[in-house]
Amino acid sequence: MSTALQAAGLAAAGDAGAHRPLIITLFAAFVVATLFITVWAGRQTKDAADFYAGGRQFTGFQNGLAISGDYMSAASFLGIAGAIALFGYDGFLYSIGFLVAWLVALLLVAEPLRNSGRFTMGDVLAYRMRQRPVRTAAGTSTIVVSIFYLLAQMAGAGVLVSLLLGITSDAGKIAIVGLVGVLMVLYVTVGGMKGTTWVQMVKAVLLIAGTLLITFLVLWKFGFDVSALLGAAAEQSGKGAAFLEPGLKYGATGTSKLDFLSLGIALVLGTAGLPHILIRFYTVPTAKAARKSVIWAIGIIGAFYLMTIALGFGAAALVGPEEITASNKAGNTAAPLLALHIGGADTAGGAILLAVISAVAFATILAVVAGLTLASSSSFAHDIYANVIRKGQATEKEEVRAARWATVLIGVVSIALGAMARDLNVAGLVALAFAVAASANLPTILYSLFWRRFTTSGALWSIYGGLAASVVLVLFSPVVSGKPTSMFPSADFAWFPLENPGLVSIPLGFLLGWAGSLLSKDKPDPGKYAELEVKSLTGIGAH
Amino acid sequence: MTTDAPPPAGSRDHAPAPLTTERFAEIHRSAEFAELRRAHRSFTFPLTAAFVLWYLLYVLLSNYAGGFMGTRLYGNVNVALALGLAQFATTFLIAWCYARHAAGKLDPRADAIKSRTEAGA
Repeated sequence: MSTALQAAGLAAAGDAGAHRPLIITLFAAFVVATLFITVWAGRQTKDAADFYAGGRQFTGFQNGLAISGDYMSAASFLGIAGAIALFGYDGFLYSIGFLVAWLVALLLVAEPLRNSGRFTMGDVLAYRMRQRPVRTAAGTSTIVVSIFYLLAQMAGAGVLVSLLLGITSDAGKIAIVGLVGVLMVLYVTVGGMKGTTWVQMVKAVLLIAGTLLITFLVLWKFGFDVSALLGAAAEQSGKGAAFLEPGLKYGATGTSKLDFLSLGIALVLGTAGLPHILIRFYTVPTAKAARKSVIWAIGIIGAFYLMTIALGFGAAALVGPEEITASNKAGNTAAPLLALHIGGADTAGGAILLAVISAVAFATILAVVAGLTLASSSSFAHDIYANVIRKGQATEKEEVRAARWATVLIGVVSIALGAMARDLNVAGLVALAFAVAASANLPTILYSLFWRRFTTSGALWSIYGGLAASVVLVLFSPVVSGKPTSMFPSADFAWFPLENPGLVSIPLGFLLGWAGSLLSKDKPDPGKYAELEVKSLTGIGAH
Repeated sequence: MTTDAPPPAGSRDHAPAPLTTERFAEIHRSAEFAELRRAHRSFTFPLTAAFVLWYLLYVLLSNYAGGFMGTRLYGNVNVALALGLAQFATTFLIAWCYARHAAGKLDPRADAIKSRTEAGA
């Protein structure tokens, strides 16, 4: 993908230089404001519960807002708007999967997790099991899922910021990835969960406000007639009525249809296994507050995804596919371009709207990477360092110190990987993170909470089996090699035909958990299960 | 077993004194806990199966029933878009139903067991 071409695309859309000072000012304002919040939150962070769980003092509404800020990533905002703008109806299917997924979290996971765990996903997975092996497994899958997700956000940040600021050199892009990395490490080490939560709340408000504004302007332009908007989008797309029907992206062959099914399953089952989402349930005082936060999140996230219809079809109708693909082949700049056009290209209004929407996208990325970094460093410190390496003998101070160092380490690793991954397929990495979460984490969470005969072996088979299956299948899929859009387009070692491994790896994760429990010599511990079940449903003894 | 050691004095994150395994087993066997568990599972399990199937039906229709999904209902709004919006509507509806069920049927039972246990543990 040629960045010169991208810059040229944006330049053709309007005055490329004029909006830059404003964009930089808004970016800087957001960074300064969030660093201020972080320092303020850091002063109130005293013990482990503050660092990992924000002192468990947030209300259901606050946490619902923060969950929304944690969940609606650059892939949602930029990716879905772009997918709808280019592929019409098939792009909208992402919005539906990402929302429906929340029902799994609401009905089965949020409250039991809040009642029976303390800081991490591993607390619940290891509750009934032998601590060291299961915590090691839980920590491993937490870190793998978070790093894949983190890479996608970093790559997205590189593309977006370099495009909007006109930075086209490799050194410039690496510097942007480095800046994002340094900021996320600062948010997490200084502000802990409290700082991260406030950053996510601010971001959620900005994102919803920005999306509402653009949605209102798009609908206004079409006289609040959705049918007219759809008609104009279909006409501009050059595909006619097919643009509003399923199949443009995934309907070509039997294999691509299976791929769509695979993606659909991974989206709906992945959310409730994402560690950075799960740890948010510990930031409220009770299971009831955890439930309220998910209800709020469903309302906020649902409203946002409904508005992606206006963003995506609006971009198709008002910007048009040629200009969008000229700017970015994957369509990632559809939303900023729509802002520019709706405000009026070559006018101050257009430049201001473009700057606002770009700043919102930047805020989105920073809030999500902070959540991901916190999830992985918490799991490293609490599951692996405190409970495996130190065998439960570490003090809270030592544990939090380990978490801060782990944050720095994860920051360095993700800056290095992000600098290398800056040209990778963003959507593929996010879908992979969802597939790994659904294959490796969700089966063990559900079996642990609801199946009496689940054992340590079952947990290990399921976590490692689901993790290995999803990573290996992606490695040998068209995402990595064999196609012009692959990571290594010149090589071809792909034998797995689907881009998303979920269709195979998710059932396999569930099957392995079941088989591992029944076939191994491990015996379940009925006393521990009774304890977990009573705790998870009643909240007795909850932290 | 190396579960979380009790937090040191001064931490605000302390849970009440842990109950014994026998005490948990006793609660687990009680009729009121069985009722709470039934009220939770008999509501959430079928509902989960229902919304997953409804979502899969929608994905499969998108995949294999393109003609039907393209049927126009009103202006440019076709069956595919209407069913997509219906997924949003059912998600909001299920969330609301669960909130009502939990407040009416689960919370009172859970609170009763919890307060009795913590009072007379």
